[in-house]
Amino acid sequence: MRFSGLRVLKEGLTGNKGWQAHWRDATPKDAYDVVIIGGGGHGLSTAYYLAKEHGITNVAVLEKGYLGGGNVGRNTTIVRANYFLPGNSEFYSHSLKLWEGLEEDLNYNVMHSQRGQIGLFHSDAQRDAAIRRGNAIRNQGDDAELLSVADLKRMLPYLDYDQARFPIYGGLLQRRAGTARHDAVAWGYARGASERGVDLIQNCEVTGIDIEGGVVKGVETTRGAIKAKKVAIIVAGRSSQVAQMAGMRLPIESHVLQAFVTEGLKPCIDHVVSFGMGHFYISQSDKGGLVFGGDLDFYASYAARGNLPMVEHVMEAGMTLMPAIGKAKVLRSWGGIMDMTPDGSPIIDKTGVEGLYLDAGWCYGGFKAVPGSGFSMAHLVATDRHHDPAARFRLDRFRTGRGLMDEEGTGMQHNLH
Amino acid sequence: MRITCPYCGERDRREFYYQGDAVALDRPDPEAGEAAWDDYIHNRDNPAGVTRDLWYHETGCGAWVVVTRNTVTHEILSCELARGAKEAGA
Repeated sequence: MRFSGLRVLKEGLTGNKGWQAHWRDATPKDAYDVVIIGGGGHGLSTAYYLAKEHGITNVAVLEKGYLGGGNVGRNTTIVRANYFLPGNSEFYSHSLKLWEGLEEDLNYNVMHSQRGQIGLFHSDAQRDAAIRRGNAIRNQGDDAELLSVADLKRMLPYLDYDQARFPIYGGLLQRRAGTARHDAVAWGYARGASERGVDLIQNCEVTGIDIEGGVVKGVETTRGAIKAKKVAIIVAGRSSQVAQMAGMRLPIESHVLQAFVTEGLKPCIDHVVSFGMGHFYISQSDKGGLVFGGDLDFYASYAARGNLPMVEHVMEAGMTLMPAIGKAKVLRSWGGIMDMTPDGSPIIDKTGVEGLYLDAGWCYGGFKAVPGSGFSMAHLVATDRHHDPAARFRLDRFRTGRGLMDEEGTGMQHNLH
Repeated sequence: MRITCPYCGERDRREFYYQGDAVALDRPDPEAGEAAWDDYIHNRDNPAGVTRDLWYHETGCGAWVVVTRNTVTHEILSCELARGAKEAGA
């Protein structure tokens, strides 16, 4: 089933009776070439690129709940490539380029909207840092523009510019950044993978990983044992638990990151806007809700909900930056479970077990990485070689101290990112 | 979330700084080798369930507190002084 304007018109005129399920709800076979643990954004995109780029279609994606029911449905949908450090920079650049061709590639409307992302700064020192970051982004080949206060007042007239405490000095704009419809990204990849022969198996929890003589042989699941030549762990949010089944202890501590959405409003916030003096960022969904979030709650948590102090901080930061939004009513808040690594950067690597691969540690940056992560992970699983843009996401960088990517420059500790 | 400081009583979570998993109670010997120190500094059990963290009563009395807590429900099961926990053999 392909989507097209003509098809939408035809279905609209004939009662929308011709639409079919987007993917096959498969039952597990006895054996596969590759088993992917985790049917979220990264797992589904890995399956898709394994099939599309490498012709490996004897693949199963095992999901303990329903497809896309984890963090890919619990984020704030922002897509950007404004990283500073080598390692992150080329990876997110590659991922953004995949985003730009994603709808055509998948024949699926993921509502990718390059509305621009603006990071505000509030002091001379922050301006210097923004210029430096902007230059790094441009050196990578991506776009960054420095905005003056006059530019900002034209683009974002609703900000509180002249307050005494956090006056706005300017902003760094990336026009190619924006948002996408997060569920549709999961569904689009699921459909693309399923069409190419990948088995998507829901309600199938992995309970063990079979390893013999240092080589992976398959997995034990709630729906029986499945043999596999290669197994990929792609379960950010639960990485420590699944890795433990293979006897691994990961450099990951799970934290909760909260997000919020208001009632639907008429269009008022046209970009993604980030506050530079507190943890607050916001965009407006196509449905009209203001979608915003802040920082981690900063304690280990799997609760998928946070506590009130961070709610208060986020609301205060929002009111400081744009007092007008105080009139909007908050409809919902939720929390996602973040795989936090000591340096705040992710892991795409082999493990000590032959045939077992790990894609984890996405911290709070996993959504925009969905295409890039899948592409690079598929490359690693298929060829046993690292894909260049993700070649620095090594698991052993913490042990060796080589190639650490501490984007925030806060230090190499779990509680600092 | 409210944490009971052994000196000050039950206090708002905002009075405390979160240090992380209470691995410091079982610090490796200085000569334990690279693997032991890598494991100590970077790797974590990271359980979904009961865990022990170290919290610092930053805006209170300055005590280091070992909090036994459930990461899935946020329920706090016990709070004791880090010194006492260490002397009790972690």
